[in-house]
Amino acid sequence: MNILRKKSTANLPFSETVIELFIRLCGFSCIIFVFGIFFFVFREGAGFLFNGLDIGQFLTSPEWYPTSLNNKRYGTFALILGTFSVTALAMCMAVPFGLGAAIFVSEFCSPKLRETFKIVIELLAAIPSVVWGFIGLTLMNQLIIQVFNAPIGLTMLNGSIMLALMSVPIIVSIAEDALKAVPDSYREAAEALGATRWQVVYRVLLPAAKNGLLAAVLLGAARSIGETMAVLMATGHSVNIPSGPLSWIRTLTATIAAELGEVARGDEHYQVLFIIGILLFTITFVVNLIADLVIKGIRQE
Amino acid sequence: MFTETPIDRRKRLTENVMRIFLLVVTTVMIIPLLLIIGYLLYKAIPILSFEFLFSNPRDNMRAGGIWAPFLGTIYLVVVSLLVSAPIGVFAAVYLNEYARENWFTRITNLAVVNLAGVPSIVHALFGVGAFVLFAGLGESILAASLTLAIMTLPVIIASTTEALKAVPMAFREACWNLGATRWQTIRRIVIPNSISGILTGVILQVSRAAGETAPIMFTGAVFYKAIAEGNLFAYNITEQCMALSLHLFTISTQVPDVTEGTPHGTAIVLVGSVLLVNAAAIVLRVYLRTRKKW
Repeated sequence: MNILRKKSTANLPFSETVIELFIRLCGFSCIIFVFGIFFFVFREGAGFLFNGLDIGQFLTSPEWYPTSLNNKRYGTFALILGTFSVTALAMCMAVPFGLGAAIFVSEFCSPKLRETFKIVIELLAAIPSVVWGFIGLTLMNQLIIQVFNAPIGLTMLNGSIMLALMSVPIIVSIAEDALKAVPDSYREAAEALGATRWQVVYRVLLPAAKNGLLAAVLLGAARSIGETMAVLMATGHSVNIPSGPLSWIRTLTATIAAELGEVARGDEHYQVLFIIGILLFTITFVVNLIADLVIKGIRQE
Repeated sequence: MFTETPIDRRKRLTENVMRIFLLVVTTVMIIPLLLIIGYLLYKAIPILSFEFLFSNPRDNMRAGGIWAPFLGTIYLVVVSLLVSAPIGVFAAVYLNEYARENWFTRITNLAVVNLAGVPSIVHALFGVGAFVLFAGLGESILAASLTLAIMTLPVIIASTTEALKAVPMAFREACWNLGATRWQTIRRIVIPNSISGILTGVILQVSRAAGETAPIMFTGAVFYKAIAEGNLFAYNITEQCMALSLHLFTISTQVPDVTEGTPHGTAIVLVGSVLLVNAAAIVLRVYLRTRKKW
């Protein structure tokens, strides 16, 4: 809406000035909220972060013993590894399906079928995370026990299947937008040279849309990193250096969700949970920022 | 003259293989949706009844219905909607109708994207720090709803922006040329012409807020609270409430010996409500597209 901008009239009635002010305030509110989130989470954790916490140990030690009586240790290395391994495994499943579905929906589908698939994907995205966790706890648990002959099915594999199902809709919708953003003239030029649909996709569209596809994968991963309830319920919840898809793990998010209810306010343990929150906020902020820059990069080209 | 060379044959083969492969990959995604609903329904059918919906949990939540959590979720959703709908719609109006293309607008847009990307558990920590402690609301429906409202704000902003963008520029110009101010144009022309799209966003916010668990766990939702059955005004917004999503978490992980089917029943009510609300948004969108005038 920048081409023809209405000049503000000299004497607006008072009510109009108030409303404009309110609209502007709402517009800025998102910035305020993002800073507010950082500020208030930081505020609760800052005392221990600057005074007492050994940051080296916090990031690199796998020893998470926050309730030990005489030797409390706050090492989150196992939790960080847990978060990243379950996300990585989830992405291994979600990326082929997500990108494959995006390509099919945007390039190979009839319009009617496309609508159907998009509705299914939208409904898949709407299922609450606690329900995914419940499915992991019941259905997928049984399935993994039977298929892999494992003693317990609540494993990294279980959690990552749930995460994959949750992040596929995001990957599909952003990847589809990226493919749609490639001008039709590219497709027509390639088809005029005798390329088949798949050749058009593989040789023309994928290279042209690679930034958008990368952003889709990044945002899917950010969603997985931040997911709480599903991994809390489905991954076995035991602090472990992950040793394989069938090991029990615990993630950063699940630790906060499981332990915040049991600590006293102002406690060291309480503050450490907020510091984990700062860590999570920073990780997802950076991933989102990179995804945004990658997308903006295409627009400027 | 146009006989198939080996290259052509290989080309055709790859094309067909890929087409089928991608179709399978896409179709596979329908399976989990059907599987989940089918599984939950199958397990929950024996206990689903009006009695289940309208009675409180009993025997330390091992039996009984879901009235208290169900009503709690409605309270949380309605209060969060009252906060996030006006802020979200006006924020989108600002971004689409007022903001100039400069670095500040870019930062605002970036803030919206990042707000959507903040993990739900970090929203919970924020809710604890800002609403429960700093603002002194304590653990209450109000604190939990405000946390949910901020979390779901990007949903409303995104769909409202899309709806506003769909209103042709010529509509605005015609109105301005009649001497209308910018706000008059927005109120009389832009918003009436995009109201269905805005409503879709509001509906999606409802479905998102109803399903969230982590943000309300420490800000206002409680494991157990008995309320009067059948009374719609049984909760006070300065007090805590139960919520469907948290109730599902509690009875499936924390409570031993729950009556068979109760967790599944709770899950199907939660999924069912969320999917129904989403289906309403989809129907509204399709209806809107068929009767678009421009």
